[in-house]
Amino acid sequence: MLKIEKEKLPELFAKIAAGQELYLPVNISGQVNFAAWDEEVQVDLTTLKSVKSPKDAFFPQSENLYTCKREGKKITIEPEELKNQSFVVFGMKACDVQGLKVLDQVFLSDPVDTFYAARREHGVIVALACHEPEETCFCKVFGIDCAEPAADVAAWMAGEELFFKPLTEKGEALTKSLEGLLTPAGEAGEQAVEEEKAAIRAIVEKLPYSNLSLEGWNGDALTEKFDSPLWEELYKPCLACGTCTFVCPTCQCYDIKDYNTGHGVQRYRCWDSCMYSDFTMMAHGNNRTSQMQRFRQRFMHKLVYFPANNDGMYSCVGCGRCVEKCPAALNIVKVIKSFQKQGGEK
Amino acid sequence: MSIETNETFRPKIVAFCCNWCSYAGADLAGSSRLSYPADVKIIRVPCSCRVNPMFILRAFEKGADGVILCGCHPGDCHYSTGNYYARRRMTLLFSMLDYIGVENGRTRVEWVSAAEGVKFSATMNEFVEKIRSLGKNVRLGDLRCRS
Amino acid sequence: MQELIKRAKELLADGTVVRVLGWKAGDLPYNPEPAYFAKDTDFADFVYNGFCGANLSKYMIEASKMEGKTLVFLKPCDTYSFNQLLKEHRVEREKAYIIGVGCKGKLDIEKIKALGIKGIQSISGAELTDEAETLTVQTLYGEKTCAYKDAMLERCHVCKGKEHKIYDELLLTSRDTTDADRFAEVARIEGLSPEEKFAFFQKELGKCIRCNACRNVCPACSCRKCVFDSNKFDSSQKANADSFEEKMFHIIRAFHVAGRCTDCGECSRVCPQGIPLHLFNRKFIKDIDEFYGEYQAGEDVDADAPLTSFTFEDVEPSVVSTRS
Repeated sequence: MLKIEKEKLPELFAKIAAGQELYLPVNISGQVNFAAWDEEVQVDLTTLKSVKSPKDAFFPQSENLYTCKREGKKITIEPEELKNQSFVVFGMKACDVQGLKVLDQVFLSDPVDTFYAARREHGVIVALACHEPEETCFCKVFGIDCAEPAADVAAWMAGEELFFKPLTEKGEALTKSLEGLLTPAGEAGEQAVEEEKAAIRAIVEKLPYSNLSLEGWNGDALTEKFDSPLWEELYKPCLACGTCTFVCPTCQCYDIKDYNTGHGVQRYRCWDSCMYSDFTMMAHGNNRTSQMQRFRQRFMHKLVYFPANNDGMYSCVGCGRCVEKCPAALNIVKVIKSFQKQGGEK
Repeated sequence: MSIETNETFRPKIVAFCCNWCSYAGADLAGSSRLSYPADVKIIRVPCSCRVNPMFILRAFEKGADGVILCGCHPGDCHYSTGNYYARRRMTLLFSMLDYIGVENGRTRVEWVSAAEGVKFSATMNEFVEKIRSLGKNVRLGDLRCRS
Repeated sequence: MQELIKRAKELLADGTVVRVLGWKAGDLPYNPEPAYFAKDTDFADFVYNGFCGANLSKYMIEASKMEGKTLVFLKPCDTYSFNQLLKEHRVEREKAYIIGVGCKGKLDIEKIKALGIKGIQSISGAELTDEAETLTVQTLYGEKTCAYKDAMLERCHVCKGKEHKIYDELLLTSRDTTDADRFAEVARIEGLSPEEKFAFFQKELGKCIRCNACRNVCPACSCRKCVFDSNKFDSSQKANADSFEEKMFHIIRAFHVAGRCTDCGECSRVCPQGIPLHLFNRKFIKDIDEFYGEYQAGEDVDADAPLTSFTFEDVEPSVVSTRS
């Protein structure tokens, strides 16, 4: 294990950024989101959660697929280049890393999404342990240990130092390029990290959602859950906005559209939300005609359909962003608890 | 921006003209052999109040450097009151554009009657000059529309 | 809060209303959700406290389509929205039994968190019966306190007043929370250079994730189909291309509610990225006041709306470039 003093972090970022693109949590007008590093930006590693999850770095909200250009009578098609240089995402949390594994199931299984695959191949992830978990977190429910993030490099903030531990080849290579800045952590360092881990885990035990039970939520629960009258009640405050889907680290739906540039067409894809009335709109109309159905889809997908198709893996990682951000204070925890309550009353 | 580039810069101007007055005014300018720059592309609309704020923003998005709306003089609207509504809407929209930092003067409303061919040509010449001095519209254009 | 429950139960019992629209406590101390209560549901989780910021007028659009009368609890600012919806025939007066509830200013959990208070377990001091001076927050990291005022939503600092504009009866007392000028920030921005203005809005709108929360929560945005949801419309609603799409969306969103926006502040409250969206709406309100005379949407159901009326002497659009 290696370490670096917190005050030397700008140097570390500069050195990483000298070799490749570096994305990390940045405060812009009061909100923390992952963005590219430069000397001007205000890096914020203390805010626990970025508003948008860092899935953006691998699956951007909007990205071009190809461009058609017209010059006279000639039409040319230029495919967008795939990512071909390495980049570093610094400061992802354990839940965000698990979120990528969910996306991998979708985008890396046949047919492989080449844009995503290229980014995954070239992305080096430095994951940071969650220094002070908050009441909206429930990653423990999904078996995630936020004290021990598993990515290319695992990092911990303890005291005045940041500890750095490469876990994969990519991580080793990055660490090597940072020689001189990182110094061996030594016995005392190992000790400090162990203490930090213990402190994190102690807090996690006390979090209100940590003992949430997922009993009954699995791939087999399909018809029973789908037909439940509870959905009619639960969806009512939903405003049909896309906040929950757009801050979510595992939501992967997108739409493909053409943009008329006046001298050609750009085909691009952008995140879409199952909460929207025009989601998967087809010639005959929409296959989910009410907001209740759209609301149900989101949670059924995360807790029933996805595990049914992916060996029991839920497509929720308990990051709690929807808990924080929903304008109507709805969220996946309320859904899970409502079903539990109903079960208990029976 | 240097003077040189200013001279070679040909702005794209969109002019929304109402069918009953301003479009006829443009016609008169033409038949009277009054000249105005070819940079002005006229779009005929039934009434100045047909122009919704989205039209103006869309013109900018797709690469216009200036947008001008011409309609009947207040009181002369073919539909009696259309231009009064347009006047309020455009006042608010222009003020909003100014507020978000779009250079003043890229948008304009002018009342031109069917008899005012001279005014039409003079207005267009003046407006093109103004936009030329402001240069390219960078703040409201869509990056994707630039080739 | 007990008064509200008592009155709701009475009105349900005597058949005046068939359902109650209020707030249900969440599983965290600060996330109550808008909810319906019926005769046979118990009111155990009914709640009305400082975190009940949601404007229930919006939900009355749907409730007006339901069978029977709905009892709705409206805060003073919400009644402006209700009036405006009434004016636009989007809600039905006879479908609503309005209890105007007192308000001591609503709280913004984001502001509390921005003060460094996290790991929240419980919050006291947010009830209507409290003095609303100090909030005491129990957290996993110890007890924290903060001034009620520092945790208040922006909109409450520029409150239009605690007088209900429409109601059937009133319950609970309010406290005046106005301590700032509503248009100060707009005026400050107006005074900047075009470059500074542009940089400011570019930075703010650059955060937009196109979630549409601002639009969907807005009581004035009640179109059955939004122009930004139309697939016949060439500009996508979902891309967040940093150059133009968000600007177009936010200008048009604000324009479509200009003269109808009551400045209820819901858009800014719900924005997940903390964009001060009220600055757009307030700019239109300020301009309308200056150009066409003071107007407060939702104050008077019968007043002429500024964008559907005119005078012969209205200012010309050129006023924008000539005023200092």
